This record gives sequence, C-alpha cells and structure tokens, in this order.
Amino acid sequence: MIHLLIEPFALGFMRRALAGCLAIAIAGPPLGVFLVLRRMSLMSDVLQHGILPGIALGALVGGLSVFAMGIGGVLAGLAVALIAGFLTRATGAREDSQLAGVYLLALAFGVALLSARRGIDLTHLLFGSVLAVDDLALTLMAGVATLVLPVLAVIWRPLVLESFDPDFLRAEAGNGGVIHGVFLTLVVLVVVAGFTALGTLMSVGLMMLPAIAGRHWGETLPAQVIAAVAIAVLSAICGLLLSYHADLPAGPAIVLTAGGFWLVGLLAGPQQSLLRRLAHRAHPA
Amino acid sequence: MGDGMIALDDVTCVHGSRPAIRHLSGRFAPGSLTAIIGPNGAGKTTLLRALAGLHRETRGTISRGARTAFLPQATTLERGFPLTCGEVVAQGGYSASRLFGPTADSERIAHALKTVGLAGSAKRLVGTLSGGQFQRLLFARLILQDAPVMLLDEPFANVDTQTAADLMRLLHQWHQSGRTLIVVLHDIELVAREFPQTLLLARDPVAWGPTAETLSDANRLRARILAAQWDMETDLLMEPHSAAHVAPVRGAPLRDAAIPEAPVQDAPIQDAA
Repeated sequence: MIHLLIEPFALGFMRRALAGCLAIAIAGPPLGVFLVLRRMSLMSDVLQHGILPGIALGALVGGLSVFAMGIGGVLAGLAVALIAGFLTRATGAREDSQLAGVYLLALAFGVALLSARRGIDLTHLLFGSVLAVDDLALTLMAGVATLVLPVLAVIWRPLVLESFDPDFLRAEAGNGGVIHGVFLTLVVLVVVAGFTALGTLMSVGLMMLPAIAGRHWGETLPAQVIAAVAIAVLSAICGLLLSYHADLPAGPAIVLTAGGFWLVGLLAGPQQSLLRRLAHRAHPA
Repeated sequence: MGDGMIALDDVTCVHGSRPAIRHLSGRFAPGSLTAIIGPNGAGKTTLLRALAGLHRETRGTISRGARTAFLPQATTLERGFPLTCGEVVAQGGYSASRLFGPTADSERIAHALKTVGLAGSAKRLVGTLSGGQFQRLLFARLILQDAPVMLLDEPFANVDTQTAADLMRLLHQWHQSGRTLIVVLHDIELVAREFPQTLLLARDPVAWGPTAETLSDANRLRARILAAQWDMETDLLMEPHSAAHVAPVRGAPLRDAAIPEAPVQDAPIQDAA
C-alpha cells in the first residue's frame, strides 16, 4: 500500500509535477475563496478559456516554449478580463450571457489557432500532462506562487473591504479599482502558471473547487482559506497518484479528487452541509 | 473636529443618459442635522453618493471641508460574508491604519458594539445577525470612523421600531457633539418629528430649509407633480409605442385627470394588428 503511494514520486517527472501542483495548490485557493465571495465564479470560467488563444499565439510565434506560451496566456487573460469588465459595465452588472459569449469565442478561437499548427497535442494543453512539467514550467509555477502570496497579503485588507462593501473602500481610500485590477491579475497569473500540468481547462479547478469546498469546513474567512488550501494540497497529491496509477491526464485526476472533497463537505461538512441542515431540522435550536 | 460644511454649486448628476439631479445649489451648515426626502427615483441616493465623492457623472462643484463617512443602504451589502462583527467594526479604522498594523484596538471595538446594543458580539459572525442588528453593527463601524461629516442612506429601512428608536437617539447624540449629519429617509412623519432641516428633492430641488417650511402642502404637491412628469417622460423614452396606453393604467390619481382613458381600450387592438 505505502509502496503505491511513495513509488510514483521516485520518478523525476512526478516529483516535478508534485512540486509545481503544490505551489499552485497553495497560491490558488485563497484567490478562489475571494472569487466565490465576490460572486465571480463565472469570471474564472472566462479566464480559463480566455488564456487559450494567447497560449496558442505564443506557441505559433515562439514555438513550444513554456515561456512564450505563458506570456501569451497572461496577456490574453488580462485582455479578456478587461473586455469582460467592460461588457459587464456597459450592459448592466448582471449580464452574464455576455461573459459566456466571450469565453465560448475565446475557446473556439484558441482551438482553431492550435489546429493550424501541427505537432501540438491539444489534449495536453487543455487537460494537462505531468510530462509537460519541465524545469522552466516548474520555475514558472513556483515563481508565480512566490509572487502571489505576498501581494495577496498586502492587498488582503482592502480586498476584504472591496468584496464586502465596495463603496466604503472607495469613500475611505478611493482605490477600489486598483485592488480589483491587482486581484484579477493574480488570478490570471495562477491560471496560466498551472496550465502545463493541469491544462488550461482544469487549471481553474484547483483554485475554485477547494474554495467552494472550503465553505463547508470553515466558518470565518481565514478558516475557509486554510481549509481550501489544505483540500487543494491533498487533491494535488491524491490526484497525481490517481493520474499515475489509472493513466489519466493530471488535470482531470486532480480536479476529480478536489470534487470528491467538495462532495464530502457538501454532504457532511461542519458548515452549511446537508447533514447539518437535516440535524437542524430534527432538533431546531 | 474640522469644518463640517458641505457646499454645492449648480450640481447636476447624470445616471446613465438621464439626469438624476438637476442644478442643486446650497449648503449643509456645519453641525446641521438634515433629512433628504422625496419620491422614489428622486435622486436621493445619487445625491448622497455624490456628496461622498462616489458618483462619477457629477457636474458642478461640491466642496467638503472635512473627512466624510458614508453609510450605504444595508440591503446592498452581502450579509452572508464570513466576517465577525468585530472585524466589520474594525473596518471603521481602516483609513487611519498602517499596512500590517491593527485597524483598531479591541477595547474601542467592544465599546462601539456596546454603544449600539451589541455588547459581547465581537466574535459573532455577521451572517447570524437580524436586519436590525446588522444596521446596529454598521452604526458601530461609523463610531470608529469618527468623521465630522456623516452621510447615511436609509438607515431605518428594514429595521424593527426599537432599533430605529435606538439608532435615532445615537444620531441625536452625534448631532449634539457637533457633527454634520445628512440622512436619506422616506418616512415623512419621522422627518417632521426628529429632523430640524430638510431637503425635499424631486430631481429638481423643491425646497431646502427648516423642516416645517420645507414640508408644506404646496411643496409636497409640487414634488408629486414633478415625479408624475418624469414617470411619463420615462415611459415615453422606454416604450415609445406603448406609452399612451401604459401611462394611464399605472398612473397616480394626478395623471388620470390629465390623460383620457380611451387609449387603454384601443391599444391592444393596434398591437395585435
């Protein structure tokens, strides 16, 4: 049994994938918790699809280097975030169909661009491959995590304020727009950093699913963030093992594992779970 | 305490493509307690946001002599947010705090919570509060902001009568300590009873001064006529084909007199053709 758990990580590429995914698992979920609280879950969809055309263009211009694809992905992600923000403002804040339009187009455009170039395995780009995590990709993942955490610490307090009461922050400090922009940039960086191992379509999963699950394990904001990170770390380890033994792409394996934790939390977690609700109905306080 | 005066010179606020407030000039005197009242859609909230510097499409000049605290309508906030009451109150010390320093010491937070009748709730989650308790919590945050000018948007909406009475007493205390208070309200009896100054707004300023004079029958009628007029303008703008039969159906008594009933029967037939 222990052999099954340890042996895969004796391989170099599995160790690199594990280190990279752990970096994303620590940096991503805190951002995911804020995305959930700010009711921006759809925005994460927009970003994960939006970076694909940029990665494709990066691959066309710079070849299959992680660096070129990463730069392209970040630029495309920021552009899509700006377009989505503009459409939301121009058409009324609750207009989510515009966002769906943006990400569907971006995905189709990205896939079309990639099909034009031979030698790219679309499945690997979309769903991730542990073999794709070379030293450069690992540096990118670790570097992004190293950047994201201190920046998040600096903007934490205004970000909480901006999420809870945006007018209050604007009246007190007037920099709500800056905080929102910095936050979205951090999200784009983490989504792009994760794409080699997890794939563009699954990269957001390691950010969002633990965050959604975290709500069932923690009551306060710090507790939810810690729960989300813990779930993401466990998902990364278990998911990579699942990927190795069942010969699955890494992205879906990790996201499925995170989904399992979410399901357990939803059914029987200490907060807002179905079990709690049933117990409450049986013995109203 | 600083100079708590706010002066407005020909202020016009635009909301989308239509004006929400037109050509408002005047001043809120330092230490005054003023209610802003008017029909729905009169631009009350827009004006308050403009006074706080939150409304972008504002023309004319608003000069503020002192730091201003703004209390948004409680319904616009996310009540399920995973914050404790103590954390929300501590937000009041945000602008005075340093990057990683504490926003406020726990003694001040506990005292503010006690003042609004939420003693001992510092560790309680915001999501467990009732509507009235939530509004009390926002007042505790105002206490920590400690600003010479306070702008409050509908602070008594959706709260129980006991809470409204307690919070009104707090407003009077703040007024007596020399603060300038500007409060958007819709309860005209409350305004007549508790507020010395009133601004009656119906996009155009109708009257501004001592409450008894501002709320005269003539002024109130004028506000209603203005409101009826812009309702019709809006209908004409929004639905050019159906305005003729929509307006009388939804109309207030004022408008029933002005527009004949006949189009109500005609219109559906035209639509069908």
